[in-house]
Amino acid sequence: MDTTTTLAEVSGSVSVIGYGISTLGPGIGLGILIGKTVEGMARQPEVAGQLRTTMFIGVAFVELLALLGFVAGFLFS
Amino acid sequence: MRIIAAVVLVTLFTMAAKRATLVPGRSQNIAEMALDFVRVNIAEEILGHSARKYLPMLTTMFFAILAFNITGVIPFLNIASTSLIAMPLVLALWTYLVYLSSGIKKFGVGGYLKNALFPPGIPVFLYILITPIEILQVFVFRPLTLALRLTANMIAGHLLLVLCFGASNFFFIHAAGAMKALSAVTLTAGLAFTLFEILVAGLQAYVFTLLTAVYINMAIEEEH
Repeated sequence: MDTTTTLAEVSGSVSVIGYGISTLGPGIGLGILIGKTVEGMARQPEVAGQLRTTMFIGVAFVELLALLGFVAGFLFS
Repeated sequence: MRIIAAVVLVTLFTMAAKRATLVPGRSQNIAEMALDFVRVNIAEEILGHSARKYLPMLTTMFFAILAFNITGVIPFLNIASTSLIAMPLVLALWTYLVYLSSGIKKFGVGGYLKNALFPPGIPVFLYILITPIEILQVFVFRPLTLALRLTANMIAGHLLLVLCFGASNFFFIHAAGAMKALSAVTLTAGLAFTLFEILVAGLQAYVFTLLTAVYINMAIEEEH
């Protein structure tokens, strides 16, 4: 008799789950990054332009992590 | 679609520039605003005094990417030409060559490598760690990530739109009974994401050009 019972099963392309997981980290990162920028802008509105530019550079790097997860889903499916 | 986008872009700017007057008309005003955005917000903000030299490149890059991205949401074109890896690769290669050559032109080969790979102000033994990372960073990761970011963004956007409109098609035609009502939700989501894609198209063009400016600035800066 089979001792293990299957309670739940995932079928189809499992690799897409990886993308869902890989968005978590960058999601948190973007939240912190943009939130802190808004904080900085509220404290010192006069450097808002500079902060925004720096934020976009940071956003580009953080966003890349999520996109790497996305690409990996295609590569290793 | 690439050719269509290029033709439209050239035509728009030619139309705006043909009757360039001291007191700008409406089309010239829009064109000047767009050009000013690249000049002030990207080139001068990042590059400062040396902005002028790289301005033509950055402007071309921004508007080319914007036009190629926007084809993703135009009906009957439907796919962004930057969502195929070739176009972003060419653009990233352009950036790559420009920042390497401008760095080498300014400091010489040895000077540039020393500047880029051995950042000053770090304890000497740490160079064992830092230098390999910097080598990978400068010669591999920067152009690769530049191309990959743009491509992946456009592919993701395209898939999102396909998913929404495909779902509305399925719910409306094939689903039974009350499930048909769901098609209204997915259709609305599809339209909303179309607007979102227009935003992303602009944002990605901005980010790509911004990072190009940052990389050039890193190459020609006096010290890190």
